Amino acid sequence: MRILVCVKRVPAVGSRINVTDDGQQVDTAHLGFTTSPHEECAVEEAAQIVERLDGDDHAVVVLTLGPEASAEQLRYAASVGGSEFALVTAEGGLDWDPQRTAVAITDAVRELEAAGGLFDLILFGNESADGGNFQVGIRVAHALGRPIVNGIKGIDVGERGFTARRETDAGYEVYELEAPCALGVKEGINLPRYPTMKGRLASRKAQIQELDCAGGADAGGQSRVRLHRPPERASTTVQLGDSAEAAPAVVDLLDELGVL
Amino acid sequence: MSDFPARADCVVIGAGIVGNCLVGHLSDLGWTDIVLLDKGPLPNPGGSTGHASNFIFPVDHSKEIVDLTVDSQHQYEALGLQNTCGGIEVARSPERMEEFRRRMTSATCWGIEAKLLSVDEVVEMVPFIDPDVILGGFYTPSVSAVDSLETGTQMRRRATEAGHLQTFANTEVLDIETVTGANRPRISAVVTDRGRIECDTVAIACGVWSPKLAEMAGATIPLTPAVHQMVDVGPFDALVETNQELAYPIVRDMDTFCYERQSAGSMEVGSYAHRPILHRVEDIPSNEEAALSPTEMPFTPDDFDDQLEQAIELMEFLGDGEIKYAINGLLSLTPDAAPVLGPTPEVENLWSVAAVWVKEGPGVGRLMAEWMTHGYPRMTDPHGSDVTRFYPQDRNVIHIETRADEHFNKTYGIVHPREQWATRRNLTCGPAKARTDDLGAFYFEAGGWERPHWYESNADLVERYGVEGRTHEWDARWWSPITDAEHMHLREHCGLVDISPFQVFEVSGPGVVPYIEKMAVNKCDLPVGRSIYTPVLTADGGFRSDLTIVRLSEDRFRIATGAFDGGRDEYWFRHNLPADGVHFENRTEAVATYGVWGPNAAALLQTLTETDLSQEAFGYGQVRDALLSGIPTQMFRISYVGDAGFEIYCPTSAGLALWDAITQAGRDFELRPVGAGVYGTTGRLEKGYRLMGAELESDYNPVEAGLARPRVKAADFIGKEAYLAAREAPLAAQLSTLRFESLRCAEGYDRFPMGAGNEPVLTPAGERIVDSHGRVSRVTTAGNAPSLGAYLAMAYLPPELAAVGTELSVMYQHEQYPVTVAATGANLALFDPDDSRMKA
Repeated sequence: MRILVCVKRVPAVGSRINVTDDGQQVDTAHLGFTTSPHEECAVEEAAQIVERLDGDDHAVVVLTLGPEASAEQLRYAASVGGSEFALVTAEGGLDWDPQRTAVAITDAVRELEAAGGLFDLILFGNESADGGNFQVGIRVAHALGRPIVNGIKGIDVGERGFTARRETDAGYEVYELEAPCALGVKEGINLPRYPTMKGRLASRKAQIQELDCAGGADAGGQSRVRLHRPPERASTTVQLGDSAEAAPAVVDLLDELGVL
Repeated sequence: MSDFPARADCVVIGAGIVGNCLVGHLSDLGWTDIVLLDKGPLPNPGGSTGHASNFIFPVDHSKEIVDLTVDSQHQYEALGLQNTCGGIEVARSPERMEEFRRRMTSATCWGIEAKLLSVDEVVEMVPFIDPDVILGGFYTPSVSAVDSLETGTQMRRRATEAGHLQTFANTEVLDIETVTGANRPRISAVVTDRGRIECDTVAIACGVWSPKLAEMAGATIPLTPAVHQMVDVGPFDALVETNQELAYPIVRDMDTFCYERQSAGSMEVGSYAHRPILHRVEDIPSNEEAALSPTEMPFTPDDFDDQLEQAIELMEFLGDGEIKYAINGLLSLTPDAAPVLGPTPEVENLWSVAAVWVKEGPGVGRLMAEWMTHGYPRMTDPHGSDVTRFYPQDRNVIHIETRADEHFNKTYGIVHPREQWATRRNLTCGPAKARTDDLGAFYFEAGGWERPHWYESNADLVERYGVEGRTHEWDARWWSPITDAEHMHLREHCGLVDISPFQVFEVSGPGVVPYIEKMAVNKCDLPVGRSIYTPVLTADGGFRSDLTIVRLSEDRFRIATGAFDGGRDEYWFRHNLPADGVHFENRTEAVATYGVWGPNAAALLQTLTETDLSQEAFGYGQVRDALLSGIPTQMFRISYVGDAGFEIYCPTSAGLALWDAITQAGRDFELRPVGAGVYGTTGRLEKGYRLMGAELESDYNPVEAGLARPRVKAADFIGKEAYLAAREAPLAAQLSTLRFESLRCAEGYDRFPMGAGNEPVLTPAGERIVDSHGRVSRVTTAGNAPSLGAYLAMAYLPPELAAVGTELSVMYQHEQYPVTVAATGANLALFDPDDSRMKA
């Protein structure tokens, strides 16, 4: 089984997100970076799927498109179950709208498949933590002519493909997809593992294949006008007391909030 | 919640371990109107306390740090918030095993139980350590882990319940206001986003943010935020099964600068081995911006990979643990790695309480409360942490960052007592630097100055005087036999010492006599041209300084103090200036100073001047203006080395010419340049002269130091009441000179104790000696006495032992060496005890 997981490097933000002076980007001066959370779950899901299979001719290929520093996210994936890694270097984040991104990833998938064979499954995050466009996975699947379902909270391997569950207000929708196919997964599908110390050390040796697929298309119709930071909601901490003595005040408050 | 106050006696900014403990102790000492502010939420406002590993290894080589740490442990214990689990430092190198012997010496000195462990003993206590990786261990049963957040909460509660404290979290300080004070700006108010609080006193306990807060008031707190990387890995069955927070001793893997601390089912692995990662205060995110807390910055895994490998080497099972939490935790680094405590010199009533670890937090809270209440701490002499120790050139960001960068990787390092800095050198130099360079001077840094410690040009003297080297590299490090040879040459002929790093102040004006009398124990109102060597005391009667004062004219005095003491002394003299009538000036940079001593000194200098330099015309302790080779100088007949001669002061601009004139004339008198090794150690020690920071500390008084004069002057002075009481009280300790009877170690060669302050004086049977005030007898200075063919030490002893002939021992590197008390009381000189040479 070959599974491709597409991940994105995104800022690890606190409760307040600062915007650069020109209003075009998140100010990352104080921030670290991480893998977009839905995609962290996608890597975990792929790792779990192949771990459940017999044999060892399986691969979890992790692909990212982003600045060179995105290699950090690939190495993280290497420490939590990824087996092969590819990077499409794409500097200048603003020029990368969902259309252009999807074209480049589609090209990358074709290149990876030409060399290593078809992916039985391509996993995307439901949406990226920073852009939140909800488009790239669907555009890539469409371009490749493969079925895709978004919002997935459960995946099982079937005879000819995959069974995927999607959470709805009323329960679950269940889809059966024939391989090759694509799925967009949501946080909650699993609890991603942490890297072990050995895993982290091994990830330093991971080979990252660089793909030259960034030139396939220009940005499409979507462009950013300006980011705005929503007005802050002032929050005041009220100390209800220390240790056991605080219990009555906590009860009163819960009562007041209608929780009890 | 109480209304936001418009006024308070004291505002403490920062509710980490230090600020919380400070308010608790201020309340205990009778401060009744305190406000504590923090911009973050309680109980964890987001500073370094919140991510601390919270463990305490009490053994250190510094008395000051140990006093603070052990006191902190007592406080944590009293609150029931200490878990004593023991701790093992493991060695991977022979050098570290040697260092453990030094740690055993320190542990013995401070009375902390400790033990050297074999590899098997280490593994018996921590079975998951790979025995093949280590050579042995150093075990301290009293190592503990504490709850610093809950301690802070309880300290606050104590002050709040006493009705002395109001606390406001989520309150950001926007400005600290000052008004014109008697001789510098004085605190008037703290402005916050919730209102303005008028106040008399402000204490900044803001950890890594402290420099920014100090700047608001126009002051400096020299520290830089720096990263300490830490990860939490687990879970491990071996740890989970213990069902305890800390079932195993905390392990410090000293040679890889890492630690492994059990935290219930997982292990915290922290490091001081990664590259120094320094930040600026403005780079720290706010509580809202931070993904975790402001001081838990994003982990940079590449910097930690080597440490992961080393941790797995030591404890293989760690490799399978999941890294659940990893941070670049911020802590405070200062230019010399010591805390930054005390009154800021720039702003009156603004106190720095910064660069403190959790292990010292409660102790520092107590120390600072004493300092703010009594004018000086009582629990220990704080001179190594005193914020005023920093000179102006030590307070800029380049200096702070460069030095922090240099010492960060020495956090677990083996730091020699005489270790010299590699960076930020050659910034402050005497006027003869080009000449001393040519002479092959080996420089030590003295208060930022380059001071020749010995001269390679004198290497020929080593053979002439038959000086022997030292066998053990540790003893020989930062030392040269040339020093002893220079010493012998000075005693036989004469030597020229560059003492330009002396800190020189002048005080003048119509009110100067009452002012200087108030500062000094000994009478200063003497005829013009006379000098006074005098202690300067704290209000409690302990040493704050010792220095020399010269009356230059009716209304002008010059004060000369040591290169390491200038910052603290300048603060103290400025702090006590009256509102008007006295002018203070720091003349250090304007004045060059040389010393010429030895049997030939007067004859040599006489060839350069028409001033009569004979003892009859120019007696000991006198000061004269004199032309030397046509250069205007002040000559001061005094000696710290025990031979006749002069300190010579001249304008810095003439310093090079004067050096040349003296050395040229010196050709006929066998003059040699002589380094500070003679001036500061061998010469001084033969004469039993005391040194501030070594023999002289606030823990001791002039009676105990043997510096009490027969009579007490009529004028009032700071500490007089306590001094008078000390003169009447039974003596608890007496400074004494000890002579080593043998330096031969078990391996059959001589060792040379450092006198670094951590070497205990023991009974011959090896028992600690503690006086009736609880002060331990320890070597304050040790060194060679080349003229006596002896190795000497100084130490305070209880009166029953302070008798010539008493046989004792000194521990050095965990071995005992026999010593005999050779002198005690006022005259500690073993060389020329009648001072006949100085009067020759």
